[in-house]
Order: sequence, then C-alpha cells, then structure tokens
Amino acid sequence: MTRRHSLGRRIGSVAIFAVALLWAFPVYWMINSSFQSAPTISALEPTWLPFGGTWRNYSAVLDGSSGFGQAMRMSLMITALSLVVCIVFAFLGALAISRFKFRGRKSFVLAIIIVQMLPAEAMFIAQYKMIAGLNLLNTVIGVSVIYIASVIPFTVWMLRGFVAGVPADLEEAAMVDGCTRFGAFMRVTFPLLAPGLVASGVYAFIQVWNEFALASVLLTSDSSETLPLWLRGFAEPSTLGMIEWGQVMAGSVLVAVPVIIFFLIVQNRMTSGLVGGAVKG
Amino acid sequence: MTSPATAPAVVDAPTPRSDAPRAAKPRSVRALPYLLVTPAVLALLVGLGYPLYWQVTNSFKEYGLAQQFGQAPEWVGLANYVELLTGSQFWAVLLKSVAFMAVTALVTMALGIGLALAMKAVNRWARLSLQVAMLLAWAMPIVAQMTVWNWLIDSRNGVLNYVLSLLPGVDMIGHNWLVNPWSFFAVASVIITWAAVPFVALSVYAGLTQVSGEVTEAAQLDGASGFQMLRRITLPIIRPILVILLLLQMIWDLRVYAQIELLQGFGAAGDKYDLLGTYIYGLGIGQGHFGVAAAAAMIVMVFTIGLSWFYVRELLKEDN
Repeated sequence: MTRRHSLGRRIGSVAIFAVALLWAFPVYWMINSSFQSAPTISALEPTWLPFGGTWRNYSAVLDGSSGFGQAMRMSLMITALSLVVCIVFAFLGALAISRFKFRGRKSFVLAIIIVQMLPAEAMFIAQYKMIAGLNLLNTVIGVSVIYIASVIPFTVWMLRGFVAGVPADLEEAAMVDGCTRFGAFMRVTFPLLAPGLVASGVYAFIQVWNEFALASVLLTSDSSETLPLWLRGFAEPSTLGMIEWGQVMAGSVLVAVPVIIFFLIVQNRMTSGLVGGAVKG
Repeated sequence: MTSPATAPAVVDAPTPRSDAPRAAKPRSVRALPYLLVTPAVLALLVGLGYPLYWQVTNSFKEYGLAQQFGQAPEWVGLANYVELLTGSQFWAVLLKSVAFMAVTALVTMALGIGLALAMKAVNRWARLSLQVAMLLAWAMPIVAQMTVWNWLIDSRNGVLNYVLSLLPGVDMIGHNWLVNPWSFFAVASVIITWAAVPFVALSVYAGLTQVSGEVTEAAQLDGASGFQMLRRITLPIIRPILVILLLLQMIWDLRVYAQIELLQGFGAAGDKYDLLGTYIYGLGIGQGHFGVAAAAAMIVMVFTIGLSWFYVRELLKEDN
C-alpha cells in the first residue's frame, strides 16, 4: 500500500509466486508427462522438461482402437442436447421471475433454490431406476433428461441475476420511442444479455461435459461411454497392473485442455462489465 | 464482475432492481409468466421430481433382489431406516463422512481466505500468476484431476515419492499412498482442497475488491493496525460471502462421490474406503438393496438440506 511496506511486499510477492507454481504443478506435470516416451517415463529419475518429447502418446490415444473418438461423439451429442434445452428453458424461467410479478413466483424461486440442495449423489439410485424403467440406459436422451434437470436451477438463478442487471428503464425508454414490448426486449435487452447467456452456457457446458458420477451409473456399455468414463477406463490398471502413464496423461490433456481454454477465454470476456456502456450512453 | 464464470451468480450477482417486476397488465400478459416457467418446471418434474418421489416412497418399501425380478415391493414402514440406524456400518460411514467434510471444508476455507488476502497485498505480477494457476486447477475436469494426481502419487515413478526421497534418510520409493485408509482419505482431501481453493480464493478476492477504499483509509487514519483492520473492518464486510462459501464447501464435501469412486478404482477397493456416496451406491446398484439404499439416501438428503437452510436464507434475501 505505501512505500514503507515495499520490502515486505516484495517478499510476499515471491512467496505467492511460489504458491502459484505449486498450484499449477499438477497441470504442468500432466502436459509434461504426455510428451514422454514409455522408457523415459518409467525411469527412476523424473524428466522435468518436455524437451525431446514425442507425439507418440497422442497418436496412440487418437488411434481408432482406443475408443476416444467414440467417446468424444457421445460427449458431444449429450452436451449439445442438454445445453440447448437447458439454456432455452432456463432463460424463459429467468425472464419470468425477474421481469414479472405473478402468483406462484415465490414458490418457483423457492423450488429453484431447494432443488439445488438435493444432493445429486443421493438421487442416483432413484434416477437409475427411472431411466432403467424407461429403457433409456446407455442412451443420449436418458442421461440428458437428468442433466437438463440438474443444470436448470443454477442456470435460471444465474440468468436471473443478468436479466435483473439490465435496467427495465432501458426497455421502457425504447417503448416510449415507439417499440412494442417484444421489440423493445429483442432490440435492447436481449443484446445486453448476450454475455450472460454465454456465461451461463459455458457454466452448463462445463458441468455436463465433465460430469462423471451420474454417467458412470447410467452409461454402462462400452459403446455409450462419455469422455470422462473413457478416461477412467483408460487410466485404471490392466490385469497385469501396468499403466501406460504417458498415454494416460495424453488422454487427460485431450479431455482437459478444451475445457481449460474455454474457461479462460470466457473468464476474460466476463470481466468486461455488463451494462456499463449502455447506461453511460 | 471480476470473478470467474462459475463463481459469481451465487456470490455477487447484481442485485435486482426493485422496480423490475411491473404491475397492471392486460390479461394476455398475465398468463405470460406462467407460460415462461412451464418448460423449466416440466423438466425439473421429470428429471428430479419423479426420482425424488420414487426415493421417498421406496425408502418405506421392501425392495431387494426379489423385487428386481418382478415381485411387487411391499410397504414395510420404517423397517429400512431401523435396519440402517441400528447397524453399526451406517454410523461408521456417516461419522467418517462428517469428519472428512469438516476437515476438508475448513482447510479449503482457511487456505482460500489466506490466499485472497495475500493477493490483495502483493504485486500485480504475483497476483496474476496465482490467478492463472488457480484457474488452471479449477478448470480441470474431475476425472483428469484424479488421473493426474494418481500419477503424481504413483508408488514407483510418482514425483511425490521421488521428491520426498530426496530428503535425507527418507526412502518413499514404492510406497503406495492408497492402501492405508487414513492415507487414502488424506490423499482424497488434498486433491479436493487443491481443486476447491480456487473457487473460494477468487470469490473472496472479488469480495475484497468491493470493500471501499474510503472505509479502510478512514480506519487507517484512526490508527487501526493491519490486524485490527482485518478483524474489525474487512472480515465483517465480506462475512456474507464467507458464510455462503463455507456452506457450499460443507455441502459439496459431504456428498463427495466421484473422487472417492475414482480413487477406489485406481487401487483401493473395499468398504473401508467408503464415504456416504460410494456406500449408498454399493448398497443400491451394487447389492440390489434398493429400499435400504433409498432410506440411506433420504437421511443424507435431510442432513444436507438442514445444512443448506442458511444458504437458502441468504439466497432468498438476495431475491428481495
């Protein structure tokens, strides 16, 4: 804060930098190991830098026989279906609670909140029985039905914040200028909500794309594995107790890196304010 | 909003304007809000409502292997609950889960708050490096987290054992961290803490940036020491955020399932490595005692909802 503290501040900065390195180390180690050949990786001395590395682990994972492509397709289908349905439903719900006063609004808000507290892990058995009863085990629709229901509450809540953050005055001003209510909404409010929709969409995407627990219950056949399930199977020791760590890490990188990049990009976009420009005019 | 994508809505969503919901509308508009909530309500009823109904009713029914093969489940009243609560196994798992939750949540909070305060006090480049590192850890999918940590603690070629063995007189090469149950849960707790601290630290940091400079300056002029400022000014101002974060951590750590199930798959199968999530899964889908599993799930659910009550109150305050 002041000059007096500058020495302490410098020491503190170095310490925090060390913590940062420590925190990022597992991620670094995943990437580093993914470039090492089997003999290098099983040497007693770890290889700290990926120089002279190999792409062979990646080609082994991307090779058709590993099941990666199949799992990727399954993940894409489930995520796309869940995401589109969830965002549309949640957006409509968020509009209702932040722009309208109606009987039952309080109950809906309360339901949205309480549903978030239901521990998903305690509902598996019931959800499994329901999906099995509908003959939808190992299908895209079966698992998506549950994903949609579990992601909607938080998405409604998140979007509600964004919708409420766009002042209704803006819409009213447009209506005074001759827009219809719907026109005012589409031209004024909707564009301002774009960052909110993107953020909620990314949130829902990450939840669904990464989901492991429910998928492991509802998708049990090899051909219906999503990426997280595929990676689990790939990383478990074979009957001989052998693990190809280089390939497992390459697989982990392929599963994790798209999510990490997505996360970082949106993180940046989120920091530009929501309606700052619109209000200042 | 400087906090990352999944953090803000809970913690610092913009407050709704009091004039947002408007009164006096024609009838067609009056039906509109109901139409708008219908799809979401239906989706919730199908995906969560029905399973919840099934779970509540079946926790009072005998639903074991015979029922799997078509026999109709019979009502047995509280028998499933009695069976659980009078046996020792459920209590042992519950106790372990609560202890695991308490330790993990408290360590996560302490580290998160500490790092957030530190970020406020250090130079920009140091703060940025920590923010990036935390985002990296936070963005990792759970399964990838677990495979990487399993590699880090690998008994023969893992970095952890290598580094520890560099210490004089220590030889950890070949040590398997997942065999001893205490060590197993410590590993799980470390991994969960590593992944959860970023959310806490970045949310608290976002909260700290909202503490106005005027308040802290005034306190400084009045001669408050650094520690006094922290205890009397800063922490009280961000207290609501801290309460919500602590509750979320407790809820998440109590119902932890994926990490435990994955660690078990990596080399430590058996019920002495169970917490509530894997225990219920084993009872139901593993052994086919669906009635008892439903009862156990109900107990966990009531427990979690009890914990969440304060969280709900905070959220409802935000809605008003």
